[in-house]
Amino acid sequence: MSEPLLSLSDLHAWYGESHVLHGVDLDVFPGETVTLLGRNGVGKTTTLRAIMGIIRRRTGRITFGGKDLMRLPLHRTAHQGIGFVPEERGIFATLSVEENLLLPPVVSKEGGMGLEEIFDLFPNLKERRNSSGTKLSGGEQQMLAIARMLRTGVRLLLLDEPTEGLAPVIVQRIGEVLRELKKRGMTVLLVEQNFHFARRIADRFYLMENGRVTASFPVSELDRRREALHETLGV
Amino acid sequence: MTMIFGIPVQAFMGQLLVGLINGSFYAMLSLGLAIIFGMLRIINFAHGAQYMLGAFVGYLLLTHFGIGYWPALILAPLIVGITGMIIERLALSRLYDLDHLYGLLFTFGLALVIEGVFRYYYGVSGQAYTPPPALTGAVNLGFMFLPVYRGWAVIASLVVCLGTWLLIEKTKLGSYLRAATENPTLVQAFGVNVPLLLTLTYGIGAALAGLAGIMAAPVYQVSPLMGSNLIIIVFAVVVVGGMGSILGAIVTGYLLGLAEGLTKVFYPEASNIVIFVIMAIVLLVRPAGLFGKDA
Repeated sequence: MSEPLLSLSDLHAWYGESHVLHGVDLDVFPGETVTLLGRNGVGKTTTLRAIMGIIRRRTGRITFGGKDLMRLPLHRTAHQGIGFVPEERGIFATLSVEENLLLPPVVSKEGGMGLEEIFDLFPNLKERRNSSGTKLSGGEQQMLAIARMLRTGVRLLLLDEPTEGLAPVIVQRIGEVLRELKKRGMTVLLVEQNFHFARRIADRFYLMENGRVTASFPVSELDRRREALHETLGV
Repeated sequence: MTMIFGIPVQAFMGQLLVGLINGSFYAMLSLGLAIIFGMLRIINFAHGAQYMLGAFVGYLLLTHFGIGYWPALILAPLIVGITGMIIERLALSRLYDLDHLYGLLFTFGLALVIEGVFRYYYGVSGQAYTPPPALTGAVNLGFMFLPVYRGWAVIASLVVCLGTWLLIEKTKLGSYLRAATENPTLVQAFGVNVPLLLTLTYGIGAALAGLAGIMAAPVYQVSPLMGSNLIIIVFAVVVVGGMGSILGAIVTGYLLGLAEGLTKVFYPEASNIVIFVIMAIVLLVRPAGLFGKDA
């Protein structure tokens, strides 16, 4: 197999005094969709935030495309080609939909999708381009949070629970979008509680417990591990 | 003689104009304060000192280098703005992670130091600053004489306020500023250099104060205390408008200036306190300010 695009080894992270990650190891290879599973509070979101550099108190190694991310200031991380879609979506109320979409700077020389291409993928956003970002429905806000990262030309998307609290039809639509992105070669690291959603788009899974990765398996093993996973995840 | 509400029209219009002039300076100053507070979450007590600095830069450029009003109109805000950016880099940027009180205390101390230095060298008496010939004299509007400089100051301040508002509401830089006001960490995670944005914002705020200062120099006198006299009123304007609200700061600035002017016509004894009475009422009825969002 080729070199991993993203690689974490022995990653520790702290929120203030509380030690949240206790040595996370994981690799994401180019073009893969990898899902982090785990109960609430095991450190899935923290892992994504530590990769971005939003959490500054961290030790260990994070490399992206062979480059060390640990030394970069927060505003340089995205420019390596990483897009972050936070759990709370982070849509700005004082910005219009279009301004939200155009906010993140383009980070690759080739650029990402054009505005028209994005509007083809998310027609709702086009209709509502002039309304305030937070006037959108939850599903539309999630689409916007993903869409604005596609414009920037990132190679890796970090998605934190994109389906949380959304209607099944919207979840399905997000699944379609992610499969379309995969077809175009996008690499995705996904945090997801929704098992059924994740199994349709992920290539591999990592299971996290208490700030560590405790298992790693491809999607083909999912059914065999079903019972054990239900136990661990409490679903 | 024509009368309005039992007051001669000349006196009425005269006071209204004084109110509009004062309002112009309130608006420009509270605008800068609101921008700085919105982005940096710092209550910039040095704003009055930066306004005074703008006036003094103009005065010193004229007396020491013979540089007149028009170049000073560019140079004074530039110098005050750059000084502000240096202060933000060296000092304020170290205070962001602490309680907001530290930022307030630091800028308050800074204001005392700047004003103290100028008081030491120039005393408390005001220095006159003559406007350029093109802006002297008065025009007869029929119902009153309008000093040209005052008309210019009102129009220029309107243009500055409108320009700043457009910069924030309609440009790319403005969308960064608005987004970073809401969630600076996420904007930085998107790859925007937010620390630089903060420096720039403080620079713009300080430059607005400096611009107000040089524009005020011919109207009021250039004195080390001109800022501290005004800043308390400007804080009241910001509170009435709603902390951090750009439009609120501008509109309230003009409105309170006019309210002050009208009070001088109808009940002069109250003119010094009317703004604070309004502030008290607004705080009781709408604590977030007239244009503030209830948080």
